[in-house]
Parts: sequence; C-alpha cells; structure tokens
Amino acid sequence: MRHWLTTLWLLLIVAGVHNLRAGEAMPLASDEVTEKRLVAIASELRCLVCQNESLAGSGAELANDLRREIRALIKEGKSDAEIMEFMVSRYGDFVRYRPPLKGSTLLLWFGPGLFLVGGLVALFLYLRRRQRALNDSPLTAEEEREASALLQEQDSRRGQS
Amino acid sequence: MNRFLWPLIGFIALLALLAVGLTLNPRDVPSPLVDKPAPSFSLPQLQAPAQTFSPKDMHGKVWLLNVWASWCVSCRQEHPVLVELAKQQVVPLIGLNYKEVRGDGGIDIDKLSPEREKQMVLERAGEWLRQHGDPYTLSAIDIDGRVGIDYGVYGVPETYVIDKNGIIRLKHTGPITPDVFSGKILPLLATLSK
Repeated sequence: MRHWLTTLWLLLIVAGVHNLRAGEAMPLASDEVTEKRLVAIASELRCLVCQNESLAGSGAELANDLRREIRALIKEGKSDAEIMEFMVSRYGDFVRYRPPLKGSTLLLWFGPGLFLVGGLVALFLYLRRRQRALNDSPLTAEEEREASALLQEQDSRRGQS
Repeated sequence: MNRFLWPLIGFIALLALLAVGLTLNPRDVPSPLVDKPAPSFSLPQLQAPAQTFSPKDMHGKVWLLNVWASWCVSCRQEHPVLVELAKQQVVPLIGLNYKEVRGDGGIDIDKLSPEREKQMVLERAGEWLRQHGDPYTLSAIDIDGRVGIDYGVYGVPETYVIDKNGIIRLKHTGPITPDVFSGKILPLLATLSK
C-alpha cells in the first residue's frame, strides 16, 4: 500500500514537471484571440526541421521563431492569407499541409480519384465478362445428343473395367 | 498469358515509382527564392560591429552567402572546403552567422540581455573563426535569426549563389562537399561571371 502511494506521488511530481516544461516550450501571448489564430494558422503549416510535425505542435527552435514571427504579423493586423503568403514566399508550397491546386499538383489532387475510377471501370469490365461466361448460350439439340452419346460411351467403358 | 501481364506491368510501374522515391532527398526543399532578388538586410559585421553589411554592397559581383554558426556540426564539415575556396579566391564569400548564441541549445536566452547576447555572439563566432580559419570576406551577424527567416533558412549550413544583379541563382542546403562545389556551384559561377 505504502509502495503504491509513493509511486503515485512520484508520478504526480513527474507530471507536474512535465507541465511546466510544456508551458516553457510555447509561451502564450497575452490575448487569447491572437493565440487562437496563431494555432489555427500554425496547424496548417509544416515544421521544416521535423517535417512530419505541424508548426503548432513542434518544439523545434525554428518553429518557435516562426510562431513568434506569425504572432507579430497577427499583431500588425495581417490577414490569414497574407501570413500564409509570407510563409510560402520564404519556404515554398512545401510548408503548406494543404498544397495549392496548380499544374504540378494536379496528379496529387486528382490521382486518388483517377485510381478509384480506373478501379471501378476494371471491376465493371471484369464482372461483365464473367457474367457473359456464366450465361453461356444453351446447347443446341445436336450438341445435346452428341454430349449424351459421349457420356454414355464413358459410362459403358467404366462398367467394363 | 494476358491475365498475368497486366498485373506484372502494374507491379513494375509501382516498383519504378518507389525506386525513384528512394533516391530523392526529403530534406531538399526547393526554395521559392531561386531566381528572385535576394532579400535585403542590414546587419552588423562580425569583425567590425560598428559597420553594417547589406547585400546591396555586393552589387555588380557574383558572390556566395554562406549561413553558418559555431554550434552547427555540419558547418565544421564544410569549413575546409570554404577555406580552400577562399585561398583560391574564386568568388567573394560572405558569411551570415545565424543565431550564434540562441541557436545553441545549451544556453538559456531568457537570462541574457540583448547587449550581453551580442557580445557573446562576437566572442564565440570570432573565436571559432580564429580556430578553424576565416574564409569569409566578411561575416554579418544575424543574432535573432530574422534575416534567416527572410532567406528561408531551415537547416544550417546553407549557401546561396547570388548574381551581379542581386538575384539568387542557387540555394544549397547542407554542407558543401568538394563534389557539390565543383559539380554544382563552380559551373554556375562560370556562366554567371560571363
């Protein structure tokens, strides 16, 4: 029992320290509106140092700088589009998690749709061919007679052996 | 035969696509600044802090802007190449010392006054160049990394080739190896200097 309590205490202390560190990593600006916009914009942007993290969630040094820069731009009264433009003009479309629609990104945007349509067409063709194979035209009377003759012949051979 | 041909062709196409993907470097982010004017700035010089440097000062020359810092490990790797380049006087090389103090993870920047930080930048960067050799015509100091942001710096070292009209012609991210220099930068310098 005592053991458990000590562990619990330790956990609480560790959690507390952790919270403090998290607070340090991303200082909050005084007003909440700015901060909300900052998070909204930064979530749309890629951190260039750790490429699979958003700018909002990254603790990298550069991400800190860029958040500071975005915060300053918000305070200057820049619109979201202007701030996006600021980032794209420096780091390219790569910083945007949602790439813009243009010539070089057509395949990126419509590729999955093309694959889906292609797959559906292939499936449809396959099913139709299969259906046709199954619904084979019925035997003519001539063919029927021939088939039963062959079968009978086989049966009689089997009877002999 | 036909039944297996198409899946095979599809598989080979996929394989080719993935093989190309393997050779790409995800760290190599194409810079939108290439073929655009180099962003202007005015920063104090490392060796003469009372004077400033601005890209305008280099108008009419082809030059290199090399972003470096003493805490940057890869900079150490490329430094001998830069020193060699300076010896041969191929091209003016301007250094941009990037976040010398606050870029170093070991230093708590909140405890430093701006004056103290600047002083530390001058000391640390100066000392580093004394130790490893100074290939730079001059170095400008970007203490808070603002100019770095304008240049889209995201991983030091980075090098920019800027032409006579102040247009950025090439951006190289990562250390300059002898191969990169002779294969990529030197031919470009030759065409730009014409």
